[in-house]
Amino acid sequence: MSGIDLHSGTAVPLDQANVDTDQIIPKQFLTAVTRSGYGKHLFHDWRYLDQHESVPNPDFVLNKPQHKTASILLTRQNFGCGSSREHAPWSLTDYGFKAIIAPSFADIFYANSINNQLLPIRLTDEQVEALFKKVQANADVCIDINLSAQSVSCEELTFQFDIDPAHKNSLIKGLDAIGQTLELGAHIDNYEQSIPAWRQ
Amino acid sequence: MAKNLYEKVWEAHLVHQDGDDCLIYIDRHLIHEVTSPQAFAGLKEKNRKVRRPDKTFATMDHSISTRSLAIDACGPTNALQLRTLAQNCEENGIQLYPVGHQKQGIVHVIGPELGLIQPGMTVVCGDSHTATHGAFGALAFGIGTSQVEHVFASQTLKQGKAKSMKVQVDGKLGLGVTAKDIILAIIGKIGHAGATGHVIEYCGSAIEATSMEERMTICNMTIEAGAKAGLIAPDQTTIEYLKDREFAPKGADWDAAVEYWKTLTSDAEAKFDTEVYLTAEEIKPQVTWGTNPGQVIAVDEPVPAPESMPNDVEKVSCDKALKYMGIQAGQQLSELNVNHVFIGSCTNSRIEDLRAAAVVARLGKVAQSVTAIVVPGSAQVKQQAEQEGLDKIFIDAGFEWRLPGCSMCLGMNDDILQEGDRCASTSNRNFEGRQGRGARTHLVSPAMAAAAALHGHFVDVRQLQGVA
Repeated sequence: MSGIDLHSGTAVPLDQANVDTDQIIPKQFLTAVTRSGYGKHLFHDWRYLDQHESVPNPDFVLNKPQHKTASILLTRQNFGCGSSREHAPWSLTDYGFKAIIAPSFADIFYANSINNQLLPIRLTDEQVEALFKKVQANADVCIDINLSAQSVSCEELTFQFDIDPAHKNSLIKGLDAIGQTLELGAHIDNYEQSIPAWRQ
Repeated sequence: MAKNLYEKVWEAHLVHQDGDDCLIYIDRHLIHEVTSPQAFAGLKEKNRKVRRPDKTFATMDHSISTRSLAIDACGPTNALQLRTLAQNCEENGIQLYPVGHQKQGIVHVIGPELGLIQPGMTVVCGDSHTATHGAFGALAFGIGTSQVEHVFASQTLKQGKAKSMKVQVDGKLGLGVTAKDIILAIIGKIGHAGATGHVIEYCGSAIEATSMEERMTICNMTIEAGAKAGLIAPDQTTIEYLKDREFAPKGADWDAAVEYWKTLTSDAEAKFDTEVYLTAEEIKPQVTWGTNPGQVIAVDEPVPAPESMPNDVEKVSCDKALKYMGIQAGQQLSELNVNHVFIGSCTNSRIEDLRAAAVVARLGKVAQSVTAIVVPGSAQVKQQAEQEGLDKIFIDAGFEWRLPGCSMCLGMNDDILQEGDRCASTSNRNFEGRQGRGARTHLVSPAMAAAAALHGHFVDVRQLQGVA
């Protein structure tokens, strides 16, 4: 898996709190057995006026011509709440998003994003509001993300963000998390030896 | 140093620690058809094996019909997903409870029912409602498919330690008020994201008085407050529930287990990052009015107005929810006509839930304008209910009696609502479109759902004769 460190792009402002994973990718698309091809169904109920995805909803922000090429999703608190479906980050990355900026994320969605090289960036409410103002004033405004430096810049604004060092490392290097854990096989063996009979 | 329950279970499962980066051991891995196929495919791609098939248990629940036991009943895409699960389980030596099996059912109903889930264990599943199993004092949480693959390969997970929250509910619940109302009231108080980053421990006299089924309802919806997991310390109720269940320890192992389980309580001086207190007597039957479970009120309260919200983001959310739900600020919920009722889901499909709904169903007939379905959580629950004659009570009252599965909680089968439908549902999520595009979901207890079915609108179950 390739890593992510620097990214520059435009953002689409999704001005809504508590966007749940049922909205990101509704249940009828969860019957597939693959990881790919979910991008066209992203935000299905909001993005299309019909079930067959042939009539885009012109009022939905992702469909606005000025935001068509956005690679950063700018949104509000508690993004990705609800179901643990990893189809949510699969659909966001397949659509073309590289990063999501919000005041907070639901825990499972956050972990799923890290595991899919989708960078979740937590900024304060005020910082997110400032970015909303920038993007709403000018859709072409560029946002520069530097993961090594843990910074987000937009014109004269520069904000720092926190991220767990292990998550950062894994995103930058594109590491195989399972491969890393399997290197600790001896520790797992030892632990299993210590499990009492009733907890086997 | 004094420790809380979460810290005790966490420390007992630490395999390796490097700074804040922890590797924890997983005792039980539950899987279903929706979130496992890509994980099995990933394993195969890398030529890896399931490390502990003996600690991995599978069921079919999400994509199945509740009208037919045929695997093809919901079309070829669902059938392929179900067959893929069966094949993956066979290739990897994993116990599967397929459609039609006498132990099949919703993953979070059968795990406890089989005695697979025990105090002090770690339990994961590619499903956010894995939080249910915290009812046993097990650290149980939902994971994504990449993590499912990680557990397959290593029987461990990389985790950071969460913060801890104590939610104490003291007192005695009023008649007609249930565990569902407790958890909805908690979510209403702390908010839909109020416990993000935390593991909750539920305690207090009202929690201690609950049955295992009720504890499962409470812990199930922990995720709807954003928490990673919810825990209830094991006690005599837990021990009695587990005794003699299929996968519970036996003989000397049972004695050793019980002795250990009794140590699984938070120490008196244990610290929590956050503490929340509720009084049971103040909790009334709850109904959600909006599009997330935090948007909830007591049945006798008016629907709130956007202006009453604490900030602009909440105001916008409230306004959008009212529009989607087709209701107005100030309206009484009893004015709302419902045309669908769903009794089921991993939140409320266990035997006690069906008994509570049947007490109300006995009082009348489902209103002409309402379609009402009862979906037992498992084949064993269904059998038990039929032995008690509950199926007859429901059918006589005009409810449909279905086969076990997740059903209309999320509608991955044909149990879906149409645009504009309004549903009183015992499930866990009232998200936009959750039960069908444009459909409106109100979360309630089984008794409140059954009462709405009879009256065609919400009623306060406490005012029904024969209930309270």
